[in-house]
Amino acid sequence: MTASTAEPASKVELPASVGGGGEIPTFDVTLRVRRYNPEVSDESHWDEFKLTMYGTDRVLDALHKVKWELDGSLSFRRSCAHGVCGSDAMRINGRNRLACKTLLKDLDTSKPITVEPIKGLPVEKDLIVDMEPFFQSYREIMPFLVAKGHAPTKERLQSPEDRERFDDTTKCILCAACTSSCPVFWTDGQYFGPAAIVNAHRFIFDSRDDAGDMRLEILNDKEGVWRCRTIFNCSEACPRGIQVTKAISEVKQAVLARQF
Amino acid sequence: MSTTPDIRFPRSTSETGRVSPKYTRHGSGAKGGFEMAAWLFMRLSGIVLVVLIFGHLFVNLMLGNGVHAIDFGFVAGKWASPFWQWWDLAMLWLAMLHGTNGVRTIINDYADRDTVRFWLLIVLFAAAAAIVILGTLVIFTFNPCPTVNGVPLPGSFCPKP
Repeated sequence: MTASTAEPASKVELPASVGGGGEIPTFDVTLRVRRYNPEVSDESHWDEFKLTMYGTDRVLDALHKVKWELDGSLSFRRSCAHGVCGSDAMRINGRNRLACKTLLKDLDTSKPITVEPIKGLPVEKDLIVDMEPFFQSYREIMPFLVAKGHAPTKERLQSPEDRERFDDTTKCILCAACTSSCPVFWTDGQYFGPAAIVNAHRFIFDSRDDAGDMRLEILNDKEGVWRCRTIFNCSEACPRGIQVTKAISEVKQAVLARQF
Repeated sequence: MSTTPDIRFPRSTSETGRVSPKYTRHGSGAKGGFEMAAWLFMRLSGIVLVVLIFGHLFVNLMLGNGVHAIDFGFVAGKWASPFWQWWDLAMLWLAMLHGTNGVRTIINDYADRDTVRFWLLIVLFAAAAAIVILGTLVIFTFNPCPTVNGVPLPGSFCPKP
């Protein structure tokens, strides 16, 4: 064996002109955040923060920068920060999105970027809303498997076609971006909301579940699927790309099919 | 084979829950049979109305002399036939119920105070009922050649006494 071992083929030679990781372009943004602190005032107000951010930064990074370096009293929810936990849904430039999935460079940085709490749910502080009414509707549709008879000793098998039937609605992360984008929900908060119906759809069309009829009965409520006006705000707001309005209309048809 | 167990909703009916009462569905347990019927009616009446309205427009505006033929006599002639009486009756009822139901849903969506919603709906239903009843009366009691105080009113198309 002779001496020099070759470098692994995967090593990338960087030209001298590129300095490495720090060379991401920066730009200035103005963040307009709707602030609300019930211990200080019953009125909400707008705060503006001027920040220098990087091309790889998301709105969540800007909020972190404000909270960690400028104003520690700014309150918002976030957990995983990678678009899976569904904690940081907020209204950014008038649209419901996840702060952790919205890159600053994709927004119009020449104007202030507005960040507000999602609409239709009671604001607790700054960007934090009370999610309990949202979860109440979610619980009402029984978001768990209900199967007849004895539990099998092994897993409940399902064909790929049967699994495909409800695949889209399994993606929900319960961030409430859809429900809080729905004008019908804004009115009085009585409507079950798209998220509850999506999660009912997930079980109604699951061949292993036997409580589809009960869920359809629950959603055949005065405030159930029939309050959907096919506005499509929910489908546009969903950060997981679920075809929410389509799922709701499938539930509508299932309720109808049950009657006739 | 057992049936599906009756499972209570975990928290929705709890009275001590911390959910703001604004969000608790009042009239919970009220089933949406009417809402479902209304939803279905909107779709079915919409399809029928397309046929009725375009048929109406074609017969009135395109056939024969078209729009220039429309006058009192034209309408009187149409309503002399039971076919057009029932056509117009169907159009009146379906269009009024379809439109009233549409405005009802708009009121339900946008009026957030219960009393405002109640009174807007009362006004809407009263107006719709008045128009439907008057329209139905006109279609079936229409007489183009009435006799007032023993004197027949002039009308070129009326039979001479």
